Amino acid sequence: MSHHQSDPGGGAAPAIVARGLVKRYKGVTALAGIDLTVPQGTVLALLGPNGAGKTTAVRILTTLLRPDAGSARVAGVDVLHEPRAVRRRIGLSGQYAAVDEYLTGYENLEMVGRLYHLGRKRSRERARELLAGFRLEEAADRPSRTYSGGMRRRLDLAAALVANPPVIFLDEPTTGLDPRGRADMWEVIQTLVAGGTTLLLTTQYLEEADVLADDIVVIDHGEVIAQGTADELKLQVGGERLELTVSELGTLERAGRVLEPLGVGRPTLDEGRRSLLMPVTGGARTLTEALRVLDAEGIALDDVGLRRPTLDDVFLTLTGRPAEDDAATTEVGA
Amino acid sequence: MAMPTVLSDAHVVARRNIIKIKRVPDLLVFTTLSPIMFVLLFAYVFGGAIAVPGGADPNAYREFLMAGIFAQTVIFGATITGAALAEDVKKGIIDRFRSLPMAPSAVLTGRTLSDVVNNVLVLVVMSLTGLLVGWGIHSSVGEAALGFALLILFAYAISWIMAWLGMLVPSVEVFNNATFIVIFPLTFVANTFVPLESLPGPLQTFAEWNPVSAVTQASRELFGNIPAQVPEPTAWPLQHAELYTLIWTVLIVAVFVPLANLQYRRSTSR
Ligand SMILES: Nc1ncnc2c1ncn2[C@@H]1O[C@H](COP(=O)(O)OP(=O)(O)OP(=O)(O)O)[C@@H](O)[C@H]1O
Ligand SMILES: [Mg+2]
Repeated sequence: MSHHQSDPGGGAAPAIVARGLVKRYKGVTALAGIDLTVPQGTVLALLGPNGAGKTTAVRILTTLLRPDAGSARVAGVDVLHEPRAVRRRIGLSGQYAAVDEYLTGYENLEMVGRLYHLGRKRSRERARELLAGFRLEEAADRPSRTYSGGMRRRLDLAAALVANPPVIFLDEPTTGLDPRGRADMWEVIQTLVAGGTTLLLTTQYLEEADVLADDIVVIDHGEVIAQGTADELKLQVGGERLELTVSELGTLERAGRVLEPLGVGRPTLDEGRRSLLMPVTGGARTLTEALRVLDAEGIALDDVGLRRPTLDDVFLTLTGRPAEDDAATTEVGA
Repeated sequence: MAMPTVLSDAHVVARRNIIKIKRVPDLLVFTTLSPIMFVLLFAYVFGGAIAVPGGADPNAYREFLMAGIFAQTVIFGATITGAALAEDVKKGIIDRFRSLPMAPSAVLTGRTLSDVVNNVLVLVVMSLTGLLVGWGIHSSVGEAALGFALLILFAYAISWIMAWLGMLVPSVEVFNNATFIVIFPLTFVANTFVPLESLPGPLQTFAEWNPVSAVTQASRELFGNIPAQVPEPTAWPLQHAELYTLIWTVLIVAVFVPLANLQYRRSTSR
């Protein structure tokens, strides 16, 4: 693929720019006007809970859906005015694997290559290359109907890479993969990015965004609620986290009550794990104080510690609920 | 968009659909089995009870019948387009295609062209069955070829209606029900299985103007299946059956090719 028609003015024009994207469905605002900027050769993770609008944003940027308002450019090309030129420059793996179940893995990839106009010979070579790269060689000549969910997912991802496009969109690329599949996928992504590809991926896994992304945009209810690097977001939430596990579930609520004055935010209780999590400042001094208070109350602990905030904490602080809806988690007094 | 791109992309898409015929032979088996069953049922069960112009010869009805069954079958064959597209929309395959830099019209062109392949196969199987039960072609090779071509062409036009419908409906089930409701009356209220004269007044008028009657009449004539003593039809569409069939074919293509392509651009997987 040639990367012609890159922006004038030289320098590194962003590979993806979206301004004020709005999409409404009857009664639902899927996107309420989001802005995104992804510099060339970087990875942006779009992070958000179910229904946040991640897929809608990806579909608009990949020309599958027209927004009600807003504009976007991908690889320097206007998404609304020149959709076909955009399609030449992107690869997409949607949230649900879109592979033809009657075709073999090889036939699927070869077809995609032909439709990117790579030519017969190149399409065949590329299909074999990708099947090897995604550990699908043995299954290459079986109809994809016989694949496991994870294999189908990998085939779909391979399809996004067929034309070596400069910009790639992956909608929840590791959902449904086993740990090995996920590790493989991370490796593929890191190799792509090392080669200069720009990537926008959506995920519900904060760990994934932390590992893979240069920048993170957190969206909820169709709006951007935070953005920055993983470190910036953690800083935004500030302080450390006091985390402890009580020995007896019955003492958990009381522990929350007596510790609350020591925190800078409310403690979050997780009954399933008998654990408590609370933002604090003051480091070791706070920890010692907490242990003294609990000891005085006669509350026994299995585990206690201080740690730096994770993206999970960021999410909890920003949206008021955990990233993965966990029914057993409640906020004291809420 | 350059024409060669449309054609080569359509070829890639058609090849995919034809692989599917190979992988799921049941599809072809069932699309040919039911017409074979129809041939046998009508020839041996109903045939004796249906009087056709041309006399008491038991073969007279079989001669009459085949063109009608051909017409009905290729029209049903055309619905594969719609059902397959409805499935592709649902499974996200259409999204995959729409995200590729291919010619947008190639998906539908490829799809409808693969139905032609399917219909040709089915016609071959049915003709053989027909020959076995006593049907024959009593015209020149050229005329017979024209008869088959007209059937295929008309069905091709119908598959564009189905393409449009397939992307409009939410599921394959809805599509199948919708097409049955339309296609059964269209193919039965016609001269396909019974002579028009046997139909009551208003139905007869409908049948006379029904394009399915025209395509049946035209291929019947072209196969030489109408005995000499049968009087000329009185209705204009049947007097000019070939022309009338072509007019409908052109009309349907002119309306439904753009409509289907518009719907393709709008369709989404959810
Ligand atoms: N075709 C549609 N018709 C109606 N509502 C829709 C449609 N597509 C999406 N929505 C709504 O828009 C909102 C955003 O959906 P979207 O699929 O973008 O979320 P998401 O962040 O990808 O969620 P998930 O993590 O579950 O995939 C949701 O409330 C959803 O119900
Ligand atoms: Mg989604």
